[in-house]
Amino acid sequence: MLRAFLLPLRLFFAVSLLALLMGGAQAQDVQPLPPLAAHVTDTVGLLSVDRREAIEARLVALEREKGAQVAVLLVATTRPEAIEEYALRVAEAGRLGRKGVDDGVLFVVARDDRRMRIEVGRGLEGAIPDAIAKRIIADVVTPYFKAGDFPRGVEAGVDAIAARVSGEPLPAPPVPGQGGDGAMGLEELLVVGMIVTIVIGGILRAIFGRLLGATLASGLVGFGAWTLTGALAIGVVGGLLAFVFVLVMGSGGGTRHTGGPWSGGGMGGGGFGRGGGGGGWSGGGGGFGGGGASGGW
Amino acid sequence: MRIRLFLSLLLSVLLLSGCGYNQIQINDEQVNASWSEVLNQYKRRADLIPNLVQVVQGYAAHEKEVLTRVTEARANVAGMKVTPELVNDPEAMARFQKAQGELSGALSRLLVVTENYPNLKADANFRDLQAQLEGTENRITVARNRYIKAVQDYNVSVRTFPNNLTAMVIGARTKANFAVDNEAAISEPPKVDFGAAPAPAPAKPAAQ
Repeated sequence: MLRAFLLPLRLFFAVSLLALLMGGAQAQDVQPLPPLAAHVTDTVGLLSVDRREAIEARLVALEREKGAQVAVLLVATTRPEAIEEYALRVAEAGRLGRKGVDDGVLFVVARDDRRMRIEVGRGLEGAIPDAIAKRIIADVVTPYFKAGDFPRGVEAGVDAIAARVSGEPLPAPPVPGQGGDGAMGLEELLVVGMIVTIVIGGILRAIFGRLLGATLASGLVGFGAWTLTGALAIGVVGGLLAFVFVLVMGSGGGTRHTGGPWSGGGMGGGGFGRGGGGGGWSGGGGGFGGGGASGGW
Repeated sequence: MRIRLFLSLLLSVLLLSGCGYNQIQINDEQVNASWSEVLNQYKRRADLIPNLVQVVQGYAAHEKEVLTRVTEARANVAGMKVTPELVNDPEAMARFQKAQGELSGALSRLLVVTENYPNLKADANFRDLQAQLEGTENRITVARNRYIKAVQDYNVSVRTFPNNLTAMVIGARTKANFAVDNEAAISEPPKVDFGAAPAPAPAKPAAQ
């Protein structure tokens, strides 16, 4: 009886082990992804330090001005993958561009393959259609690359891409200091704040009765909002709203409560986003659909 | 009172997600969305073809046979009634794939022919169209890969325990993915290939 159970179990383990091994072997086939820690990633040393920093500064300025994330990646080879697949993999892993705006661009150069590609995020396919990307590659970059002048070629390509992006009306980037995506953080915090208040308020009310429970809940919520935002006024307002909410919540008698006041209480999260303008650099979660163009030299 | 209502609501939500009903619905919608994207990109390719044919005609009018074949294949594709429900109909799906595969073949032959016309290759309009066509082929590949992934996720969610019980109750079946045979024929981009005979190589192993 036991054996009847054991056999399928063993089979299962054998199969999963096999799958694991095969998966591991497959992962070794393709090139590992270089981390995109800055706008310009040079794994083969094609650019001198000052040239790289100049391009980096150009792209940082572009991101600050337009919000679009343009990244440059120089590698030796993308084999065995085609540069199209490789570029898409890097772009997706690096999450270039802002979420929802999808304004990321990745410029990949594979030196030994003598191939390059401009991978364009969905939101910029209007600013850099495939034909334009192809023209940038064939007419702007390729002449320099043919002459062996990689830094000038990359610079010219980045300039051309930046010029196209600058001409595109995009949503304004967030003001520095206000965090990466304030709206998203606010929304999340609002929901979290409501749920927390309902749960905490409900428990406290059940234990301490209505008035004492509401007071305690308002104190907790107010303190939470205060510490999260660092603004005492917001904490006080949030606490007051929580007090009213918990007091009225479930009292039944015709007080039809629409979480209206709560949007006020949740405001506490306004300044709670990602610490913007820090040292590191990362993508914002933009989407790619395979747009762009490739070319060789 | 309201607390109790709230808790029972929460419980039912937990139960529903526990049996995988929600997961199946989410994955099903993901498959639909991915499929729409595939159709979208195929449509984009079909829309490019009239312009491409026109430009090629200007330089290589006597390549009638190749041009007609592209036009016919495009007409076939355009004449197909394509709905999102196609995903659930393996036969219609096979027909759709065959039509798109024929168009791919005809296009690749056209691009082989254009290699013989240096003036055409230097034409700015033709270069732009070719870039657009390449980009679209790449988008098709990406969209198809994402569709395959979505169908895989969906099928896994329908076939694993305990979701399979739920799936049985609500009649959710596994969906057909792109067939392997056609995969090779379709996903082959219209590459310019000097050594190629006029007929496209049938069923090369898919290189992706």
